[in-house]
Amino acid sequence: MTSFLKDLRKRFSEQIRSAEELVPHQVTILLNGSDVTSIARHFIAEYKARLVTVFAEDRVRAEGLFYNYYVFDRIGDPTWVILKAPISGDNPSFTSLAAEFPSVNWQEREIQDWFGLEAVGHPNPRRVALHDNWPDVHPLRKNFPLDTVLPPFEGERHVYRPAIGEGVFHILVGPVHAGIIEPGHFNFTVAGEPILYLQLRMFYTHKGTEKLFENFTIPRAVFLAESVSGDSAFSHGTAFCRAIEAAAEIEVPARAQFLRTILLELERVANHVADTGAIANDVGFVIANAHAGRVRELVLDLCETLTGSRLLRGMVAVGGVRRDWQKAQVEAIESTLKIVEREFCDLVTIIQSSNSTRERLEHTGILRPVKAQMLGIVGVAGRASGIDLDVRRDHPYEAYRHLPITVPVYQAGDVRHRLQVRIDEVAESIQIVRAAVARLPEGSYRAPTQRIPSGRCALSAVEGWRGEILYWVRTGDDNHLERCKIKDPSLNNWPALVEAMEGNIVADFPVINKSFNMSYSGTDR
Amino acid sequence: MFNILQKTLNVGTATADYPRVAPHLAEKFRGCPEFDFAAWTDARPAADACPTGAIALCDRDGTRTVTVDYGRCIFCGECEAASADGAVSMTRQFELAATQRRDLILTAQYTLHSDGAHAGLQSATSGATAEDPGKRSAAAIQSLLGRSLAIRQVDAGSCNGCEQEIVALNNPVHDIERFGIHFVASPRHADMLLVTGPVTRNMELALRKTWAATPDPKVVVAVGACGISGGIFGTNYASMGGVDAVIPVDVYIPGCPPRPEALLQGILLALGRARQTLDVHPHRYLQLLVE
Repeated sequence: MTSFLKDLRKRFSEQIRSAEELVPHQVTILLNGSDVTSIARHFIAEYKARLVTVFAEDRVRAEGLFYNYYVFDRIGDPTWVILKAPISGDNPSFTSLAAEFPSVNWQEREIQDWFGLEAVGHPNPRRVALHDNWPDVHPLRKNFPLDTVLPPFEGERHVYRPAIGEGVFHILVGPVHAGIIEPGHFNFTVAGEPILYLQLRMFYTHKGTEKLFENFTIPRAVFLAESVSGDSAFSHGTAFCRAIEAAAEIEVPARAQFLRTILLELERVANHVADTGAIANDVGFVIANAHAGRVRELVLDLCETLTGSRLLRGMVAVGGVRRDWQKAQVEAIESTLKIVEREFCDLVTIIQSSNSTRERLEHTGILRPVKAQMLGIVGVAGRASGIDLDVRRDHPYEAYRHLPITVPVYQAGDVRHRLQVRIDEVAESIQIVRAAVARLPEGSYRAPTQRIPSGRCALSAVEGWRGEILYWVRTGDDNHLERCKIKDPSLNNWPALVEAMEGNIVADFPVINKSFNMSYSGTDR
Repeated sequence: MFNILQKTLNVGTATADYPRVAPHLAEKFRGCPEFDFAAWTDARPAADACPTGAIALCDRDGTRTVTVDYGRCIFCGECEAASADGAVSMTRQFELAATQRRDLILTAQYTLHSDGAHAGLQSATSGATAEDPGKRSAAAIQSLLGRSLAIRQVDAGSCNGCEQEIVALNNPVHDIERFGIHFVASPRHADMLLVTGPVTRNMELALRKTWAATPDPKVVVAVGACGISGGIFGTNYASMGGVDAVIPVDVYIPGCPPRPEALLQGILLALGRARQTLDVHPHRYLQLLVE
C-alpha cells in the first residue's frame, strides 16, 4: 500500500495535497483541483483498478466548497482508495468521466440533479434522478430544506429517442406494471418482434432518502437504512451500521459478527430461492415457482424465529445486533437448512430436467463480459458475465475473514448463467451458515451504546444478495449525520439491462429483467 | 415430467388454513406493542426511541397527551426496550386492519410531575368508533365483489418490502386464490387497488390515473406503515405521505411489512368477509375502560 501511495504522490505531486488512512483499509487522497481524469486513467490502466462509485457532498457552509468523492477498488488489495476532489462553490462544475468510464454515467448525472454541479463534457447530460417535470431544485444542497413543498408538476415532458423506419415503433410499459413489482418506465423500440433498443426511466420511487438521513439521529437512521430496499433490509442495515462503526471506531463483539454473517447469508438464500422460481415462472414453468415459493417460506420462517421478522427487520444495530439467540433458535438453523437444501436441490433438478425451460434461458439476454466490465456491473449479474468480484472475499468483514468462500464466475452472461450463479450461491451460503454456526462464539452480542463523535467519515461495503452495497457517512453534531451516501448495486446495473435486451424479443423482457432483478427503490432512494 | 408429478405428490398440501386455523407464528415474532396506560410512569423514553414517530407527545399546561398511531408503527420493539416501567410490551398481534384511519390511533392523557414523569392517568381512549355511515356498507360490497375479486397492486413508492409479502400471497402456502381472489395485470380488470407507499411525487400522477382507470365499484386498500401514513419517510419534498393523501382509501393494513396473513385479513375485511379484530383487540386500554 505504501509503495503504491509513494508512486502516486511522486507521479501526481502537483495534484495531490494530502493522503490519510483514518479508517483502516480506507485511504482518502485530497486533491488540489476538481479534475481527476489523469489520476483515474492511471489507476485503471496501471493498477487494474475499478471505479466503484462517485458521489458529492455539500460543504459550502463549512468550507465554501463541494466535494466529489471517487471510490476505487484495486484487485487483490483490500484497501479502498477514495479521491476527494474539491469543487468551488462559485463555479459548481467538474470534469465528467462518463465518456471514458461509462459506469459513472448515471451517478454523475445524479450529482448534477441533486447537487447542481455541472458534469462538463458528459455525453448525455439530461436529468436522470429528478424527472423532467421537476422545477429547478437541488435537494441535496444544504440550503434546500427537507420539507420543501414543491409546486404542482406540469405534465410529462421526457423526450425519448425517436423510432424511425418502416415498421419501427415504440412499446411503452409502466410505471405501473402488470406484475407485482416496483415502478419504472420502459420504452422499447422494436422492429417486429426484436428489440432495437430499450430506454429506461427510473427514479419513480425517489423518496428523498439521502436527505432524510441528514435529518435523523443515528439510532433512528438504522431503520431508514432497512427501508432503502426492503428485500435487502438486513444487508442495507448492516452496511449502514458498519459505516458508523468504522467512523466511530466501535468494536463489534465476535458473536455479533457471526450472527450478522448468518443473517446476511439467510437473506441471500431467501432471495435467490425466490428468483430461481421467478425466472422459471417467467418462461411459463409455473410449478417450479410454486415449489420455490414454498421453500422460501421455510427460510422466512427461520428468519422470523431468529429475528422476530420474516424480512429480518429490527435486528441489526450500531455495535452489533438487538437480540441474542437461545440454544433452540440456533438449533432451528440446521434443522431448517437440512430441509431447504434438499427441497432446493429437487427444485433445481426439476428446472434442469425441463428442456423447454433450458431452451428459453440459454442465449437469452446476453451481457458480454467486455460490456459488463465497461459498465462496472457488480454482483450476481457481474459474476455471470466474467466479473470476479465479491466483497466477502475481496474486503472481508464480519465473520467472513474466518470462513471459506468460493465465488462462482461464468463467462456466458445469459439468463441461464445468472440463474446458475444463484443456484451455486444458495449451496455456498448454506455451507457458510453451517460453518458460522459451528464456530459461533459465546459472549456479548452488542457493544455498549455510545454517542457518535462529530466530523468522522467512513466507507463501508457489504455483499448483499444482489451485489456490492456501499455506504459513506460523515457524522454530525448531536448524534446526527451530515451526509449519508447510499449505493445499491442496482444503480450501475440498470444500464446492463439495456445492453442485454438488444436483439431479444419483447416476450423475453420479463425473464431477462427478472434475471437481473434490480431494486428500483435502492436505485431511486 | 414424471419427476415433477412425483415431487408434487410427495409434497402434498402446503397451504396453511388461515384464517380458519390460527397462523403459524415464530415464538419471537413481533406484532404490535401494547400499552398499559395506567402503569406507564413516563412516555418520553418510548417516544424518543420510536423511529417513525408512532408515539408522539404533546405537553401543555401540566398535561401530557400521548398519541400512539399503529398506522406509523413498524413493530421494531424499541419502545418496549426503552420503557423501564414495563408498561409497553410487544405482542404477537398483527391482525390490525381497519376501515377508518382513526381506528388505528390511541390517546392517553396524563397529569405531569414537575420532572416530566406521569403523576396520574386522566383518560385513555381508542380512536375506534362505530361504522361511518358515509362508508359503503360491507354487505353491499360483499354482494358485488365478495365471491370473486380481482386485485391490481400498485407500488406508489415503497421500499419493496410490502411487495415481497404481497408476492407471498400467491405462493402455495398462503394461496390467496382459494378465496376466489387473484391479481390482474391491468387496473381496468380490477375491483381492488392494493397500494403500497409512501406515494412519491413521481408516482402521484400514475396513481391517480390508475385509480381513474379502475371501474366502479372499486375498493382501495393502503398497505403498510408507509402506505397508511408515509411511515419512516413521512412527508417531504419527494414523498406525499400515505395513499389517502392522493386517493380515497377503504381499508388500512398496518405492518412493516404486514405479514401475508395480515394482508389477507385486510383484504377480506374490505370485502366484508372478515371482522375488524381491532375492536376486540386485547389491549390493556380496553380492559382498563371496561374496569
